[in-house]
Amino acid sequence: MSGSALHLAVELDGDGAHPAAWRRAAHSPDQLLTPRRLAGTATVAENAGFTLVTLDDGPLPPGASPNPVGRIGAVERAAFVAASTTTIGIAPVVAVTYAEPFHVSSQLASLDHISEGRAGWVVAEEDRPEAARTWGRPEVSGPAARARESRDGVRVARALWDSWEDDAVIRSVATSRYLDRERLHYIDFTGESYAVKGPAIVPRPPQGQLVVLGRPDSVPAAQLDVALVTGRDLATVAGAAASAGTPLVLAEVEVALDTPDATGAERVADLERYASWTDHGRLRLTGSAEQLVLLLAELSTVVDGVRLHPLVIDEDLPVLSQRVLPALSDRHLVTRRLPGTSLRTTLGLERPANRFAAAAVQEEAR
Amino acid sequence: MTRTDPLDVPRPDAQLHFGVFFQGVNHWTIWSAPDSGSQIDPASFRRVARTAERGLFDAFFLGEGLRLREVDGRIHDLDVAGRPDAITQLAALAAVTRHIGLVSTSNSTFNEPADLARRLSGLDLLSEGRAGWNVVTTDNAWTGANFRRGGYLDHADRYRRAEEFLTVARALWDGWQDGAIAGSTGAPAWSAPSAVHRVRHQGAQFDVDLAPTLPRSVQGHPVIFQAGDSGEGRDFAARNADVIFSAHGTDFDDALAFAEDIRRRLRAVGRPDDDVRILPGTEIIIGATEAEALEKKRWIRLQQVTPTTALGIAGALWGFDLSDRDADGPLPKEDPVVSENDGSFGSRRIADPRSVVSEWRAKAEAQGWSLREAVIHLGPQRGHVGTPSGLADRFTRFVRNGAVDGFNVTPYLIPDGLDDIVDLLVPELQERGVYRTEYTGTTLREHLGLREPLTRRPASEQRQAG
Ligand SMILES: Cc1cc2nc3c(=O)[nH]c(=O)nc-3n(C[C@H](O)[C@H](O)[C@H](O)COP(=O)(O)O)c2cc1C
Repeated sequence: MSGSALHLAVELDGDGAHPAAWRRAAHSPDQLLTPRRLAGTATVAENAGFTLVTLDDGPLPPGASPNPVGRIGAVERAAFVAASTTTIGIAPVVAVTYAEPFHVSSQLASLDHISEGRAGWVVAEEDRPEAARTWGRPEVSGPAARARESRDGVRVARALWDSWEDDAVIRSVATSRYLDRERLHYIDFTGESYAVKGPAIVPRPPQGQLVVLGRPDSVPAAQLDVALVTGRDLATVAGAAASAGTPLVLAEVEVALDTPDATGAERVADLERYASWTDHGRLRLTGSAEQLVLLLAELSTVVDGVRLHPLVIDEDLPVLSQRVLPALSDRHLVTRRLPGTSLRTTLGLERPANRFAAAAVQEEAR
Repeated sequence: MTRTDPLDVPRPDAQLHFGVFFQGVNHWTIWSAPDSGSQIDPASFRRVARTAERGLFDAFFLGEGLRLREVDGRIHDLDVAGRPDAITQLAALAAVTRHIGLVSTSNSTFNEPADLARRLSGLDLLSEGRAGWNVVTTDNAWTGANFRRGGYLDHADRYRRAEEFLTVARALWDGWQDGAIAGSTGAPAWSAPSAVHRVRHQGAQFDVDLAPTLPRSVQGHPVIFQAGDSGEGRDFAARNADVIFSAHGTDFDDALAFAEDIRRRLRAVGRPDDDVRILPGTEIIIGATEAEALEKKRWIRLQQVTPTTALGIAGALWGFDLSDRDADGPLPKEDPVVSENDGSFGSRRIADPRSVVSEWRAKAEAQGWSLREAVIHLGPQRGHVGTPSGLADRFTRFVRNGAVDGFNVTPYLIPDGLDDIVDLLVPELQERGVYRTEYTGTTLREHLGLREPLTRRPASEQRQAG
C-alpha cells in the first residue's frame, strides 16, 4: 500500500475533540444542538471531499459541567445528515453493549436506505457502569463480557441485513404475492446471553451490508470491514495496521492546526486552561497544514486511510478544507468520491453476496 | 347534499386536521398497479411528506411492527411489508420538510424509556418542534423472540408499563430548564449546572437514575398519540394523550359516540374535554362524480382484495385454511372453528366468528355475492368515497359536530395517493372555512391547537396523578 491514495474520514461530534472546544466555537453554545449547525458542518465536510463523516455517541452526557452535557443521538443525526447531503459517507457510533441488536440493525439498515448506500457503523463499547442503568440492565463488566456483546451484536445485525435477499420483494401479480417467502430467512441466532429470531423488518440495505468500522481489540476482525487503529507514533500504527486482519485500516489522528488567527499550539494551550485533552493513545499533530500533509503522506505507506479528530471543528475544518485536502489532492494522496457511488464502492470494498442466497445456490448445486 | 349551517352546529369554528399514515404493512396499499412505487425508496417518503406539506397537513405518520407477520407459521407473503425504523426515517424527513409534524409509532414494551425518550427528543430538536410519538404496546412472546428479553409481559401489565414509561420519558424531557444552555462562548459553563436535573425514578417497571442529555424543543415535548381501542386503551389516552389515532371515522354515529366517550373519560380525569384531538385512520377515494368515485372504489377494492387475500381474510374468520377454495365461488359450507389461538399474528382476533359467518351467509345469499365479494362488502368498511364537494360537506359535518378533529389519511397508492386529496379536496374544505389556508404555527403542537404538555401546566390545571 505504499504511497497510495488515502480515504479520509472526519469525526464531527459536538464542537471538536477537545472537551472545552465549545469555547472556541464560531457559534454560541445554544446553537450546538440545532439542525442548522449539524447540516452546516456536514456540508463543509462533504464539499471538502471527505469520504466519510463519523458521529460519536453514548447514552450518558458527553462531558461534565462546565463542558457540553448535551448530544442528540448519533443515528438520528446521521439520518438528518444523510438527507442533507448527497455524496459523503455517514457512520454513526453505536454501542451494542446494552442496546437491542434488532433495533440497531433496523436503524442502520434504514440509514443505508435513506442515504442510498452511504452508511457505515462505528461499533463502540459502553464501559461506564451508569450506562447499564440507562438501559435497565445489569452491568456488562470487564473487557471480555463487553467484547462478547459487541461480537454478538454485530453478528446479529449483519445476519439481519442478509435476512431479506435483495429481490425478496417480487410484486408478482400473476401469483398475488408481494414477497417471495423463500427469499426471507429466520436468522435463529442463539448467543451466550440472548437469542434473536428474525427476519428483519427492513429490507436488505442497498449496500448489502453497511461498512462496519471498529477497534480490532473489541470486535473480531472477521466482523469488521475497517479497523480503526491507534498508536502515538508511526511504528505503532504500522504494527497495529499490519496485524489488524481487516480489509481496510484507518489510523486515528488528532489534529490542532495553525489557523490565520493562532497556531495550533496556541489554541491547544488556550483550551488546556479549562480542561485537558483526553489522551486516547492516538497520533496527534499540532502544527501547520503542511506538516499534516507530510504526516498523511507517511501514513499512506502503512494504512488505507485516516480518521481525523479536529481539536475545534469550526477552526480546524476550514483549514482541512482549504489547505489540507487540496494539497493531498495535488499529490494524488486522496481518493475521489464519485456522485452516486456507495460508500463501499468509494472504499473499494465489494458488495457482499447474501449468505442465505449463497447457501441456497450451494444447495441447488448439490 | 346540503352544507352544514355553521351556526347550527356545536363547534362552528372547528377546523379539520389531516395527517398522512404511510403504511408499512397491510393489504390496503395497492402494490400491483403500474403507478404503485417503492415502499422503501427514500424518494417515496420524501414525495408523500412534501405532498402532505403542500396540502398543509399537520402530520406525517409511521407505524411499527417488530416482527414480520406470519400465518400458520409461515411468513405472510401477500401484503406490502418491509419498512424503515420510524424515528430514523423521520429524522431524515426533518431535513427535507419545514412544517409537517413527524410522528413515530414506537412501542413501550420492547424499548427502554431513557433510550426512546432521547431518540424522540433528538427528532424533536432536529425538526424544531415537529415530533410526535404514538405510544403503542406490544405484549406477545412472538415479537419478543427478536429481543434480548424475549416475550415477557402479561397482557394486563402492558398499559401499566406504558404509563410508567411515559412518566419517565416526560421526566427526562423536563430535565432541562428552558434556557439552560449558555448564549455565549464566554460563559462560565456550557450550561448552567443547576439548570440540568438528574432524573431519579423508582417504580414497579423502571429504576432510573440519569442525567438527561437533551433540552426541550420549542414545542416542549413531542406530541403524544395513542392508538388502542379497549377501555384500558381509552383510559390511558384520557390520562396521557394529546391525540388519539382511532378506528372510528367511517360512520358518523359511531365516530360521535367514540368522541363522546373520550370526552367523558377526559372530564373524569380532570382534563378539559377539548384537550385531545381525535384523528381516525381513513382512506379517501375521490371521483369527479359520485358514479366515478364508486367505480374507482370498486377497482381499488379488487386490487386490495385479490382472490388470495380474500381467501386469507376468510380463512382467518373461519379459523382454518381456505387457500385451496375458489374465491369467486360460494362461501364455505363449513362452520367456523373457534380456537384460542388462530395461529396468525399481527392481525385482529375475531370475537364471535359464528355469528359473523351466519350474517355473511345471509347477506351473500341475498346479494348473490361470491366469497371474494363478501369479503369486499362485509369485511371492515373503511374510508370515504365521493366527489370533492360531497366529501367536503361530509367532513365539515363530522368536524363541526365534534365527531372527529380530522383524519389520518392512509393513501391506497404510494407515492402519489395524496395528490387528488391535496389538489381537489383541500381547496373545497378551505372554501368552507374548515381547513387552514396556511400554516400559522411552526410546531406540531401549534398545528393541532394543543395546550402545553401535561407536565408543564400550572399545578392547578394538572391532572391528578394517574
Ligand atoms: C388505528 C390503530 C393503529 C395502530 N397502529 C399500530 C402500530 O402501528 N403498531 C403497533 O404495534 N400497534 C398498533 N396499534 C395497536 C395498539 O397499540 C394496541 O396494541 C392494540 O390496539 C391493542 O390494544 P387495545 O386492546 O387497547 O385496543 C394500532 C391500533 C389502532 C386502533
